[in-house]
Amino acid sequence: MKVLFFGQVRERLATQQISVTSPPQNILLLRQELAERGEVWFEVLHQRDLLVAVNQTLCDDKQEITSTDEVAFFPPVTGG
Amino acid sequence: MSEQTNKSSKINISVQVADFDQQYEYQALRQNHCSQGAIVTFVGLVRDNHLGKDVTGLFLEHFPGMTEKSLAEIARQAMARWPLGGVRIVHRIGQLALNDQIVFVGVSAAHRHAAFQGCEFIMDYLKTQAPFWKKEYSGDSATWVQAKDSDTQARQRWESKATIPQSELPE
Repeated sequence: MKVLFFGQVRERLATQQISVTSPPQNILLLRQELAERGEVWFEVLHQRDLLVAVNQTLCDDKQEITSTDEVAFFPPVTGG
Repeated sequence: MSEQTNKSSKINISVQVADFDQQYEYQALRQNHCSQGAIVTFVGLVRDNHLGKDVTGLFLEHFPGMTEKSLAEIARQAMARWPLGGVRIVHRIGQLALNDQIVFVGVSAAHRHAAFQGCEFIMDYLKTQAPFWKKEYSGDSATWVQAKDSDTQARQRWESKATIPQSELPE
């Protein structure tokens, strides 16, 4: 499964994209799994205002995922 | 032509590095819309200060694909809410200098109220839903712009606000 990061989240993790083989059942579990990668990952993945999109649609922690999905984590948006 | 196809063809979205020509966008809204009596356009520019800090430039990051998809969805929501003739949205990405144009939103409608409201609705949703992120330059330092509660509140007011029936609006 492809996991993308944008904006300040991308910069803090120093990563734009990772690949997760055999992803967990939902977003909440994926966040917990990624948070174990290190201190910064823990902080970022536990950010309360962190947004998540599955296949380019905003969703929440309960969203179920499979290995063919594309997941993206990013901070609140600031366009316009 | 089905209503869905008809509606979506009236929506034009562009996310681009290049600058845009407001007059071109306005003329595109004007064309083939003889039943439309009003066009409202908004242009957002890079300002030289933000929350009391001098700003010397901006960098705009986005999520390719999702950006276009979310802008089209916002335009569709506006068209479902007001009888709009057409919607054009242009949003720039990349490096921008002071006074540069960032965003264009243009809306046509039979009467001005739908056009004014549709344009404002699109900007309020764009600022809180479309995946763009601004990085602000101030001299040698660069900081990510933080989302404002006031922008979220501006969007939320549409959730409770009922659209005034067309029959009750002045022409």
